[in-house]
This record gives sequence, C-alpha cells and structure tokens, in this order.
Amino acid sequence: MTDHTVNGAPFIETRHLSYSYEDADGNRHPALRDVSLTIPKGQFLAVLGHNGSGKSTLAKLLNMILLPDDGEIYVDGELVSSSSEPDDATVFSVRRRIGMVHQNPDNQIVASVVEEDVAFGPENLGIPSAQIRERVDAALAAVGMTEYALGSTSHLSGGQKQRVAIAGIIAMTPECIIFDESTSMLDPSGRRDVMDTIKYLNRERGITIIHITHDMSEAAMADRVVVLSDGEVFLDGEPSVIFSKPDELRSVALDVPQSTSLLHELGGRIAGFRVPDRTMDAKSCASYIKSELERLGLAKRD
Amino acid sequence: MSEIKLENVTYTYGAKTPFEKRAVDGISLTFEDGKITGLIGHTGSGKSTLVQMLNGLLKPDSGHIYLGGADIWAEPKKLRLVRFRVGLVMQYPEYQLFDETVRADIAFGPKNMGLSPEEIDERVIESARFAGVDEKLLDKSPFELSGGQKRRAAIAGVMAMRPEALVLDEPAAGLDPAGRDAILSGIRTYSEKTGATVIIVSHSMEDMAVYCDDIAVLADGKLKMKGTREEVFRRRDELLAVGLGVPMITDIACELMTLGVALGGDIYTVGGVADAICDSAAANGGENR
Repeated sequence: MTDHTVNGAPFIETRHLSYSYEDADGNRHPALRDVSLTIPKGQFLAVLGHNGSGKSTLAKLLNMILLPDDGEIYVDGELVSSSSEPDDATVFSVRRRIGMVHQNPDNQIVASVVEEDVAFGPENLGIPSAQIRERVDAALAAVGMTEYALGSTSHLSGGQKQRVAIAGIIAMTPECIIFDESTSMLDPSGRRDVMDTIKYLNRERGITIIHITHDMSEAAMADRVVVLSDGEVFLDGEPSVIFSKPDELRSVALDVPQSTSLLHELGGRIAGFRVPDRTMDAKSCASYIKSELERLGLAKRD
Repeated sequence: MSEIKLENVTYTYGAKTPFEKRAVDGISLTFEDGKITGLIGHTGSGKSTLVQMLNGLLKPDSGHIYLGGADIWAEPKKLRLVRFRVGLVMQYPEYQLFDETVRADIAFGPKNMGLSPEEIDERVIESARFAGVDEKLLDKSPFELSGGQKRRAAIAGVMAMRPEALVLDEPAAGLDPAGRDAILSGIRTYSEKTGATVIIVSHSMEDMAVYCDDIAVLADGKLKMKGTREEVFRRRDELLAVGLGVPMITDIACELMTLGVALGGDIYTVGGVADAICDSAAANGGENR
C-alpha cells in the first residue's frame, strides 16, 4: 500500500474504529469494523462504498456526531474521540476544525438571507462582529457567491445552496471539510460548481477534504480513494491504482469512470493497445487513444 | 394506448402574488406509447412540476394533457382512474412506506383498486420481481430494509397497480452503482413486459444514455429539445449552455472526432464507443482481436 503520510503530517488518525447500530429489538448491527486510517494535512480523500458500507457512519464519527464503540480518533496527534463520553470543549473544537456539508441542500440552510446564513456559524463561535463581516465576505468569495450575499436563500438553485452551506463552514475556518454525498442531489452544472469549489479549497487553501460520493469520476479527481465495504476498508490507494481494478470494484457494487472502462475494453480488443496506469478525464483520454492508434499505425493518415 | 400528450401546458406558482413564478411555460410534448423517455433539465427547470401534472396532482393553468387521446381533466371526477393508469413515483419514495410489512405496503395500491385477494397476491409477487425486491423480504417491516431495498419496495408499490404509464422522479438518486443499475433495469423490464410508457426524471446523463429511448430537455420552464438519445446528446454545446452535459463517454467520443478520428454509430455507451473505435482502427489497417 502507498504511504500517504509522505505528503504532510497526519491530521486525522483513526485507530481500530468500530461502531454498531442497535435496532428496535436490541440487536446490534455493525456499521464500521476496525477501521484504521491516517489522513494527512491537505489531502483530498474520496470515500467510496455501496449503500450501507459505513461511509456516513465514518463521517459522523469524525465529526463526533457519533462516538465509537471501540477504537480512537486523533486530530493533530491529540486523542479526541473514544468510547468514553468526551467533554463539550473537545466536541466543539473538533466540529470547528472538521466541518461537514450534508447531502440535501434544503436541510442545511438556516437563514433567509445568504450572508446571514453564512454568519450563523461564526456568530455561534462568539466571534466579534467586525471579524464576522470579514469572514463572511471572504467565505462567499471563496465559493463564488459574493453577488448573492444579500439575496434570499430560498431563491437559490441546489448547487448554489450547497455553495452557501460550504461558505458557512469556511467562515468557521476549518482545517478539514467532510462532504457527505453533497453533490448527489445536484444537476450537472451544480455538481461542476461544487467540485470546482472543493478543488479550489483543497489546492489553494490547503483544506483537507474528505469527499463521500457514488460518482466515480468525482472520486477520480482525488489524491487518494478509500473503498469501504461492509464496514471495512476494502481498498485504499491512489485513484489510478483503485480504478485499475474494475472487477474488484464491481464485486462491491461500485464501478469505474467511463474513461477507464473504455480504455480497458480497447486494451482487450486492439492488439498492442496499452492501458494506461492512471485515470483520465475526457480530454486526456481522447488524446491518449488517438496517440495509441497512431503509434500502432491505426489512425487515419492524412 | 398509453401515449401522454401535452398541448401548450402552463403552470404558475403563486399567481397574482409578488412571488409569481411560471414553472412550466407553454410546453407541447408527446411521450410516446411504450417508450422510455428521459426528462432532463437544470434545477428549477420545471421537471417536477411537469411530472406532477401527468397524473393530475397539479392542474395546468392552461393547455391540455391527453392520456391515450382523452383529456385527463375532461371529467375531473374520473381523475382517480387516471391516477391508477399513470403511476407516479416521487423523489425518495421510501419515505412514503408506511405499512407493517413490505407485502402489505406493495398491496396498498391494488387493494384500493378493488382487486380480489388472489389478484392482489399475484400483483405483489409480480411487481416485487420487476422492482427486484427479494421474496424473502416481503414479510419484513419496511423499516428493517436497507436504503436501496426500501426504494425498490416503494417502486414495486406503484408497479403493483400495473399502470400503463410509469413516471419516476429521480428513481436512482443516492444509490450505489449496482443499486442504480438494478432499479433502472427493473424499470426497463417493466416497460418491455407490460408495454408501459415510462418517463424518468434524472440528473445523470450516463443513466439516461443507457436506459432511455428518447430524451426531452427542459430549461426555464420551456421545452428545449426532444428527440432520440442520439439526436439529443449530439447537441453537446447546447446542453452545456442550459446547465446540463453529456455522458463522459460522449465527451470522449466528441474529443476524438475533434482530433480527426471518425466515429460512426452509437457514441453514448462505453460498448458503442469501443465498437466505433475498433471499426475506425480496422478501417485504417488494424485487425481486431
């Protein structure tokens, strides 16, 4: 397995994390089993997994909405979460440092005016109002929503609402943001805008990103992909490594981006066609195929 | 005959208030008998409003909706029958499960139609099969099921009325790839076996390309395009301009054509594009394995 700590100091570390839900009859159903992950500062991590694989449980444990049955979570080397009841100061500190954006844009807007919604978090942190003003303006600029600052939240599209929700998190100056299927209810342009915002926050602001998704092409944009299956870590590595295993992914109800499927298919059908060991967006995939066809003397000669 | 035809249909929210919004603006459109049509559009384009008019949940301000040639609002008292004929599966239908067992929940629709117990049993088994609900789950509480299973049970409940037209608003949203394929292929099987007209609202261009015959595109309450998936996905730039897109595989095919690789046939599915590239390679002197 690749050593992911080389990029930066570990920011979040989970050790042997386990959690189970109790049903109405008192039976326990394990949702997460013995998950140990080290997430370095500044990493863009995508988490994939079938429905019920434990992705959302992991997110809730990292945000301390849930406490583990077993195991510990360390943030910046400090123990913050274990099976014993934490103090409020720790919970608040973790939630400020590790923000979370949820799935449904309509469920996370609290105010009727955009900038008031963004100010909600820092107000609750007791930040002086002059500073709140600065933070709100900067946060709206970071998500490209400045022109909507005084607009009504109810007139925004889904993608715009998600970006306002992200601004609300950024205004609390988190070091890490967890996106729990935050693109799944958006239309294609809303998705593109939110993914662009995520990439910007990661690359330009150095914010650690944990992006939970069912979309393989979004996961391909990350530095690292963790695949959960039945509550356990099934695969962990760079996207190119993960997506070079289409059969393994399909065995746990997942898939690969269409570019990867196509390249594998061509590798099996055209003699000598080399399947690249990295994931590609549409443009680079097309130029790669063209160059392979030329190399094999199979492209049209002008 | 279960063709659904819209003629100059308009719907306005909050009419004569400062918040007046024309959600559907003069749409004329035919959902052809027995075909699967994908309805796509940006958030707020009017898709959900439109589908709620198809079974009479919302009444158009003006215009007509014909089911099998008859205006559904001609006799408002008979709307109940329209709702049996046009099954509407709303977004996140699993939130609407309510009965004690999955079996009873699926049976709710056919029971209301006044079918005999034998017919109801038959319908439950048949629709569970279409929707991919395991027979072993039928006597469980719907609340014991996983998210994907609940979704399938809810869709089975609508299929159990054996509607001539099945309308689904984002049936695969939030599901993993295998769950998504299971539901969408179940819907296709339902259409093939019963001849039902199907309308699927979705934000996933990839899914639409695989499962739909026709695509209708809405933007700002108006009909922007309607055609076969081939016709619609060829208009990539226009789709991007209205906040949509094309499947990644179509993007790759279009880029290849820009680079001078001629591709014929289907450019909307991975298999189709692979075939087209192999054909092109063969035409230029290669041999396919």
